[in-house]
Parts: sequence; C-alpha cells; structure tokens
Amino acid sequence: MFDSSTLAKVVFGRLTLESLPLHEPIIVGTFAVVAAGGLALFAAVTYFRLWGYLWREWFTTVDHKRIGIMYMILGIVMLLRGFADALMMRAQQAMAFNGSDGFLPAHHYDQVFTAHGVIMIFFVAMPLVTGLMNYIMPLQIGARDVSFPFLNNFSFWMTTAGAVLVMMSLFVGEFARTGWLAYPPLSNIGYSPDVGVDYYIWALQVAGVGTLLSGVNLICTIVKLRAPGMTLMKMPVFTWTTLCTNILIVASFPVLTAVLALLTLDRYVGTNFFTNDFGGNPMMYVNIIWIWGHPEVYILVLPVFGIFSEVTATFSGKRLFGYTSMVYATVVITVLSYLVWLHHFFTMGSGASVNSFFGITTMIISIPTGAKMFNWLFTMYRGRIRFELPMMWTVAFMLTFVIGGMTGVLLAVPPADFVLHNSLFLVAHFHNVIIGGVVFGIFAGIAYWFPKAFGFRLDPFWGKMSFWFWVVGFYFAFMPLYVLGLMGVTRRLRVFDDPSLQIWFIIAAFGALLIFCGIMCFLVQIAVSVLKREQLRDATGDPWNARTLEWATSSPPPAFNFAFTPVVHTTDAWWDMKSRGYKRPLTGFKPIHMPSNTGTGIILAGLSTAMAVGLIWYMWWLAAASFIALLAVAIGHTFNYHRDYHIPADEVTRVENARTKLLASGAK
Amino acid sequence: MNRLKILALLPFAALLSGCDFVVLSPSGDIAAQQRDLVLISTVLMLLIIIPVMALTALFAWRYRSSNTTARYEPEWHHSTKLELVIWSAPLLIIICLGALTWTGTHLLDPFRPLGRIAAGRPVDPNVRPLTVNVVALDWKWLFIYPEQGIATVNEVAAPVDRPIDFHITASSVMNSFYVPALAGQIYAMPGMDSQLHAVINKAGTYKGFSANYSGAGFSSMRFTFKGLSDKDFDGWIAGVKAGGGALEKSDYLALERPSLNEPVRRYASVDKDLYRAIVNMCVEPGKMCVSDMMAVDEKGGLGLAGIRNTLPLAYDKYARRGAVFGAEPSYVAALCSPDAPQGQETIANRVSQNATPLLGNGATRSLFTPADASSTSFLPGLRRKSES
Repeated sequence: MFDSSTLAKVVFGRLTLESLPLHEPIIVGTFAVVAAGGLALFAAVTYFRLWGYLWREWFTTVDHKRIGIMYMILGIVMLLRGFADALMMRAQQAMAFNGSDGFLPAHHYDQVFTAHGVIMIFFVAMPLVTGLMNYIMPLQIGARDVSFPFLNNFSFWMTTAGAVLVMMSLFVGEFARTGWLAYPPLSNIGYSPDVGVDYYIWALQVAGVGTLLSGVNLICTIVKLRAPGMTLMKMPVFTWTTLCTNILIVASFPVLTAVLALLTLDRYVGTNFFTNDFGGNPMMYVNIIWIWGHPEVYILVLPVFGIFSEVTATFSGKRLFGYTSMVYATVVITVLSYLVWLHHFFTMGSGASVNSFFGITTMIISIPTGAKMFNWLFTMYRGRIRFELPMMWTVAFMLTFVIGGMTGVLLAVPPADFVLHNSLFLVAHFHNVIIGGVVFGIFAGIAYWFPKAFGFRLDPFWGKMSFWFWVVGFYFAFMPLYVLGLMGVTRRLRVFDDPSLQIWFIIAAFGALLIFCGIMCFLVQIAVSVLKREQLRDATGDPWNARTLEWATSSPPPAFNFAFTPVVHTTDAWWDMKSRGYKRPLTGFKPIHMPSNTGTGIILAGLSTAMAVGLIWYMWWLAAASFIALLAVAIGHTFNYHRDYHIPADEVTRVENARTKLLASGAK
Repeated sequence: MNRLKILALLPFAALLSGCDFVVLSPSGDIAAQQRDLVLISTVLMLLIIIPVMALTALFAWRYRSSNTTARYEPEWHHSTKLELVIWSAPLLIIICLGALTWTGTHLLDPFRPLGRIAAGRPVDPNVRPLTVNVVALDWKWLFIYPEQGIATVNEVAAPVDRPIDFHITASSVMNSFYVPALAGQIYAMPGMDSQLHAVINKAGTYKGFSANYSGAGFSSMRFTFKGLSDKDFDGWIAGVKAGGGALEKSDYLALERPSLNEPVRRYASVDKDLYRAIVNMCVEPGKMCVSDMMAVDEKGGLGLAGIRNTLPLAYDKYARRGAVFGAEPSYVAALCSPDAPQGQETIANRVSQNATPLLGNGATRSLFTPADASSTSFLPGLRRKSES
C-alpha cells in the first residue's frame, strides 16, 4: 500500500517539485539575487567569525535596546521586500494599457498586491513602531529594562518567524491571492485551495503571538517600572502613546487570532463559519477582522504621534503645548478606535442608521486628532525651531497628514463612501495617512534617536536627500491616485481598457521611483554615517538639547541604562534636571541586578516556524513533532535557573568613569 | 514670476481637462447627490484644513531659529482660551458634517425607494420602477429583467428618468456592483439579496464594473450600462427578444463556470425562478434552497436527520475538498412522515452525479462520487489526487 509516492506524500504533504515557482522568471531571478546576497552574508559572518558574537550578544539578548534595534533592522529589510512589490504593481499598472497585459500574470500580480499589504502593515510598520517603543520607552521612564525581558526576546523572534514564513512563500509555493485581509469566500478552501492563504494565516498567527506578548510586556513595563515621582500625568507623551498603543494591541490582536482561527477551521476541518454553505456567513468575517483592523490603524499611528510630540518640543526649544489635552486626545482616540470599524464596509448593506452611526463616530475621531495637530502647531508658536532632520519630517507630516485626514473624514460620509469605496481614492487616502503619518514619523524617530542608540548622529546631507525624495515622491505617487479615484477607477485592477488613464499611472510610477531613491538615500545615509562616525560622534548623550529622560544617560546607554534610577519631579524630567543644574553622581555605585540572556526565544520561534510549515504543507508529522518540541522547550525553560546576574559595582564604576571622561573630552 | 507659475501649471490643466471625472460629473441623480455630499464635506473640512496648513507654514517660517527677532517663550505651554478654540472648532465642523451625514445617509440609502428622479422632479406615482436582477458571476455580470422576461450578460440598459430597482447577488465570491455614472456601489454577495435604487438622467453608454477584488478574472469584469430613451429601451428589449436564446437553469450552470472576457450575450427568455434560486443557492438540482432550510429550521429542524442532511447544503465547498479532517458529506435518503410512514423520497435522492460546485480560481471541475471509501482516509496520501 505504501508505494514511494504515498510515502512522499506522507513526508512532504502537498509539497512537490511543482510547488517551486521555477516557471516564473521574475521569482527565479529574485531568488538568485536573494540567495547570492544571503550566501555572501553567511560567508562574511563565518569569515569574520561573528556567529558566536551574534548569538551571544544579539540573538539571545534580553536587552530591550538590542531587541529594539533588531526590530528596526527587521522592519527595514522587510521594507525593501514590500517596496519591491510596490514597484512591480506600479510598473504593471503603468504598462497594462492598450491591450497590453503588462508583465505580471494574474496569478502573480494578485500575490504581489496581497503580499505588499501584509508585509507593509505586519512586517514593516509594526516592527519599526515596536522597535522604537521597545528601545525608547524604558529609557524615557527611567527603567532598567522591560518587565519581562525574556518575553521581549521571544516576541521579537516570533515576529521574525512570521516574516520568514512570508518570505518563504515567495520561493516555496505561493502567497495568498486574496487581498491583504483575505475575505472569504474567496479565501476559503473552495476558491483558494492552494497554500497561499495558509501561508497568510500561519504567518500572521505566529507573528501575532509576538505582537500580543510584546503588548502585554510594554503595558506592564509602563505601569510598574516608572521612575519614582513619574506619575501618569508626568510621563513623556511618547510613553503615553506607547501605553495606549499597547492597550489597543492587547485588546484587538486576540480578535485577529480568533477570526483567523475560525478561517483555519473552515479551511482545514471543514467547518462553516464563513462559507456559503450551511448558513455560514462571510460577512461575519469582514465584521470581525475589521474590529481588529481599525484599531490596528491607530496602533501604527499613535506611537508616531508620540514621536512628533517629542520632536516638536525638542526642536522648538519649548515645552509641549497642552500636555494634558494631548494625553486626553490620545486616550479618546484609543477608546473611539473601537467604535468605527464598520466604516470599512458601508457598502455591504447595513441600514442607514447603522451606517450613519459609524460614519459619525469616525468623524468624531478627527476632533482629538485635530486637537493634537493644533497642539504641535502651538508648540512651534513662539519657539526657536531648529530645522534638523526630525523636525523637517515633522513639518512634512503636518502638511501631508491633514490632507489624508480630510480625505479620511470624506470617506466616513457613507454616501460619499458609496462612490469612493475600494477606489484608488481610498488607496491614496490610506497611503496618505500611513506614509504621511506613520512612515514620516518613523523616519523622524530614527533620525531623532539614532544618536542615542549608536553614539553618533546620522549624516544630515543624505538624510535630507532621502527626505526630499520621499516627500516629493509621495506626492507624485499618490496624488494621481486621488485623481484616478475621482474618475471611478477601482483598486487591484491588473489591466485597463481606458487609455486616457495611463498618464496618471505613469506619474504614480515615477513617484514610486522617487520614493525608491528616498529609500536608497536612507540606506546610503546609514552607511555614510557609520563611515563618518568619528566626525558625527556625540559625546554628551544629549545632542539635540532634548527634554526627556532617555537623554540623561550616555549614548549608547550602558546595559543597565541608568547607574542610579532618576527621580522625577515634573514632565520633561531631563530638561528640569538640566535647568536645575543637575550633577551626575560620580561615586557610590552599587551592583545592578540584570536579566541573563537566553536562547529559548529563538528556539521556540524556530520550532513555531517548523510547525507552521508543517501545517501549511500538510506535513502532519512535522507539525506534531514541532508542537511537542515547542511544549518541551517551553517547559524546559521553566527549569532554567540561570535567569539573572549582578553587574558588580566595580564594573558600573568603570562604565560611569568612562562616561565622565567622555563628557569631559566633549566639553573641550 | 506669477505668470510663469501659471504657465507651469498649464500642462496639468491640459491633463485634467482630458479626463472624465465621472464621480464628479455623473449622469444619475443618486450619484449626483453623492457627488454633492463629497463637495460639501470637502468645503466644510477645508474651513479648518487650510488655516492649519497656512499656520504650519507660517509658524515654521516665523519661528525658525535663525529669526532671532521672533518672540521666544520657552515655558509657555498652556492657554485655556486656545484649548477651547482648538477643541471646539473641529467639533463645530463635525457637528455640521454629522448632521449632513445622518440625513444624507438616510436619504441616499440604496435600499430606500427613490423619492425623486432629479432635483425638483418627484417620482411620478404612476411609473413603476424597472426591476433588474443582477448576478455577479466569475467573472462577468448577468442581468435578469423579470418583467420583460429577458436576460443579458455584461450589458444592461434602462430607460432615462425611470427609477430602477436593482436586486443584487453573486454566485460564488464577493463582488461590488458599481456604475459610477449612475449611483454608488453595493456589494454583491452569494446568498444575499442587496438592493440599489437609482435613476439615470442622461442617455448614454456608461461603464460598470466590479469594485471588489474577486479573483483572477477581476480586472476584466466589466459591463456597459446604457441609458436609453423610452423608445430606444423598448427597441432594445424587442431586439433582445428577437435575438432568441433561452437561459434555463442548466444554461445558467454552464454560464456560471469561471470565464474571462465574456462577450455581451442576450437571452430572449429566462427561467422565471432563476434569480430566486440563485439567491437561495439552489440552482443545481439536488441542492436545498436556503429559504427551505431556514423554513425547516424555523419549525424546529430535522432533528438527527438534519445532521446527516449535508450534501444538499454543500454549495461552495466541495466534499471537504482540500479539507483534511472530517467525514464525507452525507445526505438523508428518505424521511418518514405521517403522510408517508415508509419514508418519503427527499430531493437529495435526485442529486445528479455532475452536480459538483465550482472550483474557485481554477475553473476546473472535479467529479464527486459520494460513496468512494478510498477518499475518506485521514492520511492525505491515501486520498484521491483530485482531493488533496
């Protein structure tokens, strides 16, 4: 009974040689480049004998700062992938006119736009935002680390595991062809019988574990580990937005997990939650996934609101205007973000009263958001604004985001949405708020905090090049889409019949190329800054004359962040310390209790990846074996008693003395 | 200098003038009212957006660090008056916009019968709306005219100034029925009957399409919407009728198979029950209509027989196709009732061997034989190739 093909099926499940997309030259070429790059990297790391260093100092680290940096690297790497997808889409849409079919067949194009959305949201924006929160927030509240350092490492590796699965789908099998939210019935087994949707499901489930646990961790950190004297209303605004964001994560990600689990049951076990048969209801999926999906938008944008608040106050040399109303605005947005999800499907046919309720709640969100905008504006008012790179991003954000906000409120008017829903106007709108808001904010944050993380500034020339390419490129890429939306052009189209539209797609493609230059300039900026690091060196730890606690310690901060936990008397604690003539303590250091590194996080994430691969390809033995291994490693870790150590007082003294010397040299 | 700037804008003006902003200049009253809402809301919001943008630019310029003549107040961070203004100004605008939204949403609810056919022209109570049933198929549109008894594919026509009552459903996955010149869109969903009331005010040929991604053939899922004078419309109907061809349930089952770039088709007659059967997902012989299932459930269900009665209800998910666990679908062969104590033949008995639902993107059909023991194995390798 067990002939060789049967055996192959038991071992490899659905995976056969035909699963490898060898017939798609674009993918084969990409694979060649990625493989060559990967091999070169592997060889270099091996040649310079860095594996041990990477394992000990980075992969197993529980230091929130290093984990934060790894999140940022993950986000930037995945940005390149997600942006490659964007370029392919822009090229396809610019070409596919006058009977031309473009260069992407439907099978490939539909994967490209699905992957673009999934990657940009889950594996670019989320890691970048989480990375900044992870790095900065504990420093801002004067903490040694996050509440659960091991969990932090585990969260990062789970997010990475999700990214690995998405990348794997490019070369082994295929990705979903359903759009980034995988609406059933299209995503059900009847219409998507291949592995694409399974890759989608398991990548998000695995990464979702990481996101959720990271949310728990950061909330707990803010609640429990603030420096003495830092009451809630004395927290920096970025910490406030981090708190609200993570509350959103903890409250909304389980919804995503649940809805994907139900879809999984439909696909694997044959249940009928979202099928057309047996009274199943696909509309319910749309409903549930947007209950997660809308808060997700605010999960991305709230932290960058925090970044802009810090940047505006620092570079205006002025206290943030309306701190209290800023905090309340943040909290109001947090609560309201749960009451608007239905605006994503006004056109599904809810009654007029339901539609108008959700339309109006959506508009109400613009009130606290508008208040924030005014608060930044009046922080600049009567300030002394230094137009360093972070501030340039902030002003570009303020001018760009209001346009996105306006079109957003427009889309919240249900009758207007009936004519603009799913159009390129909508695509332009959400890119307007995500690029004009989240991406600009992340770049502001990177430029602002890079000196803190590495001890030298980013090169301003290449930073400004990147800035202008991004901003101009954004307008070229997305203003044409607004125009096209008003011409009634819908999204996700692969070919077009009306030749008069082509010029707009060509302009948009040109804009995408400008953004590509912006991304390249950003990478060059980092490389140039590393090469010129001695010129760009910052000895003070406070290169921008900033206001919050993260600038009180050295750059980069020592493993223990602060030799003595600072005591906080007011908002803008560091500004307050500086203005009252704070003197660094130079003696009396005590041993510092620290968490130990552990490899359990990366091992668990690796096993989760294996389990996901087993489930995706129906290799049941692999899924079962890795699940058992997961349990064993997790239980085994509870017997690991080498969880902490003390940094001896001598070591602390040595580090602090080195900083004293550095500060003295900088003062010369 | 200014003249030069205007000159520089000229190419853009030329670009814009060559375009058809159908959303901003529609030909149907509903779309026109929706356009008005777009414009009014935009103007309302610009009341606050423009000052914010201007102030941003002004403050950024005026308080730049090199301008040492500007006032610098590093500790100024609170003003109750200003706070009141910055919270209440957006609030006022949102109150206006909210009121507009509430009334507009109710007036333009696609399920609400029209009250007027254009500004100042109420609907004539003697004119009955034209009913058109719309079915989104993979990947084309079927239009059924129940009054006229005709059907068309990828072409729909309506007389100018007569209210149209669209009933909209889909055969397999979600689509969105959208004719930008006529009215806003509404989703077309399997098993659901959506409605859209609209009217076309100008004769002409307009584009319609699916506005919700529905799989590989989505891009070519276009149709033409023709606004015709009463006379032309009657002529169009007569033309379709003269063209011959019938759309029976069996023809529909062939038509619903996935296909791309379908040409316009016309059917002089159509099965009167077809649209109801499509909405209830029981066009295929042997399938139980959703309405029947709901009626049975309302009466308390079939009891244990209901648990076994799965085959007639399996529509888009073929026999646990691709599903890994679970038993083969089964059906009730006979039901005992007071009228037929020996058991009554159920509709499921008459299930035809070829009554297999469509495979989605693939357009291939695999044949289903209910009683194949080899296909029930837990291990995928032991199942038939077509299922794994």
